[in-house]
Amino acid sequence: MANVLVFGETSNQSVKPVTYEILGKLAGQNIEVVTIGDIDSDSQANLAKYGAAKIHKLKGDALDKYSPEGYANALASFIKGGSYDFVFSGATSTGKDLFPRLSAQLEAGCASDLTNFIFEGDNFSGTKPFFAGKCLAKVEIQGPKPHFVTVRPNALGMPANESAGAGEAIDVNAETGNIRAAIKEIIKGASEKVDLTEANIIVSGGRAMKNAENFKILNELADTIGATVGASRAAVDSGYAPHSMQVGQTGKTVSPTLYIACGISGAIQHLAGMRTSKVIVAINTDPDAPIFTKADYGIVGDLFTIVPMLNEEFKKIL
Amino acid sequence: MNIFVCVKQVPDTETKITPTGDGSFIETSSIKWIMNPYDEFAVEQALLIKADNAESTVTVVRVGSTQDTEALRTAMAMGADEAFLVETTENLDSYMTAKALKGAIEKSGKTPDLILSGKQAIDSDALQVPQILAQMLDLPSVSVVVGFEKDGDKITLKREVEGGALEVYEVTGPTVVACNKGLNTPRYASLPGIMKAKKKPLTTLSLSDVGVSDGDRKLKFSNFQLPPEKPPGKKFDAMDEAAAAGVVSEVVGLLRTEAKVI
Repeated sequence: MANVLVFGETSNQSVKPVTYEILGKLAGQNIEVVTIGDIDSDSQANLAKYGAAKIHKLKGDALDKYSPEGYANALASFIKGGSYDFVFSGATSTGKDLFPRLSAQLEAGCASDLTNFIFEGDNFSGTKPFFAGKCLAKVEIQGPKPHFVTVRPNALGMPANESAGAGEAIDVNAETGNIRAAIKEIIKGASEKVDLTEANIIVSGGRAMKNAENFKILNELADTIGATVGASRAAVDSGYAPHSMQVGQTGKTVSPTLYIACGISGAIQHLAGMRTSKVIVAINTDPDAPIFTKADYGIVGDLFTIVPMLNEEFKKIL
Repeated sequence: MNIFVCVKQVPDTETKITPTGDGSFIETSSIKWIMNPYDEFAVEQALLIKADNAESTVTVVRVGSTQDTEALRTAMAMGADEAFLVETTENLDSYMTAKALKGAIEKSGKTPDLILSGKQAIDSDALQVPQILAQMLDLPSVSVVVGFEKDGDKITLKREVEGGALEVYEVTGPTVVACNKGLNTPRYASLPGIMKAKKKPLTTLSLSDVGVSDGDRKLKFSNFQLPPEKPPGKKFDAMDEAAAAGVVSEVVGLLRTEAKVI
């Protein structure tokens, strides 16, 4: 049985769902969780429910906001005090920024953005997408322990079973050291919605949207079904949407439960970024558009007719 | 200012990827190589800073094979002054790559005031090298940067996070900055630039020159394979507006009863 530490990233004291996905997949290992600062009571209960034996809450003045150095220093000194074989995190904005620095501080390896992993006995191996998912490889980690792993949100899915842990909460005084790059301010995004990489449902628009204003119909549909709106590179390069909304090899790689592609032809670099979506609906006037090869449900039709109809139809049942 | 830019050469985004028969990597013989698209923003940012800071030099560093030095020549054609290539045909992991870049920067004889790179390479998608390099050089780092303002020694950086929100960082002194799309508009290399680039110095180093050995390897990759293909889905013709309503209603029904996602 491996000793595993899971970094439970929080947003307003609520632990991010990817943490529970990782805990579920780790069932059977010796699991502890580390958070930065306090967590709410729901999160505390969930961590225990999915198998955390201990929850270490690192506390320090310089930890109220994220900083690569402050978080890495605090976690490195905490990890050095334990005997962990593996340290996991979600491959979120913070996880992807923090874990390389943290692992290098301990001269250890880090496998990033895995879509799956298994333990065979004590041997770990993971699935690492290359070229935004155009191909997959097996990754193994060697060298000094602990070994670091980040896991893509939504890839594992929520655990089907509970495996109750003690969930004992412990406060830890953290040493943050010298922080040279610190956050002065956070500017809120245009959207208050869940990020594309963590969204359950995505509605995406392509070149056929024709302009930025037309994204309104996608936003209306998204509001009805609780989706986040994305865009293809063609739409972003044409100025219809900001790059933060781009799905694909030079944008975000996503794996929602439902992906609705509207007026997206399906360039190879776009398909790479969304092909792992569980269910794909495509709407396009060209019956030969490559997007239809990946679609579970393809609708050959004009998005300006279909999307408002979809919105009305969903409203009837939701 | 001594500005360094780390670049990588990657297969063009339109490339169809085919794993090798033994699954050790992918077929590379017919690939068109380009500079990693995110690295173009790093090169452009370096050139913008150089334009405002006389006496600055822009040094490009790359780890990879000599078969094709497209990325380095492109960077120099855009306006970078000098290039270093750490030559290897091996597929290095992020830790080894960062260590090789550190070695090459040290071999250049110049102390970095700023190190720029793309936020990730679009082949291995690790998003690790800039942060590991910063740790190895004991420098701060900011990744996924879409805003860069320099005021004397102070640099204000905007880092894009979930939902398009921006974390605003202030840093003084040498820093590693990993650039995202949206930071600037990379220039095209001009014809005179391309001619000039041929005469600019390109120094080749070996892995042993920069102190990297197989013992530094942390990650082992194998079993490269294509992702499983999905079975073909259902396709509905809704070009005729009269038929559209029926199709939409059927698809929404299937999403609920068959796919069970709504």
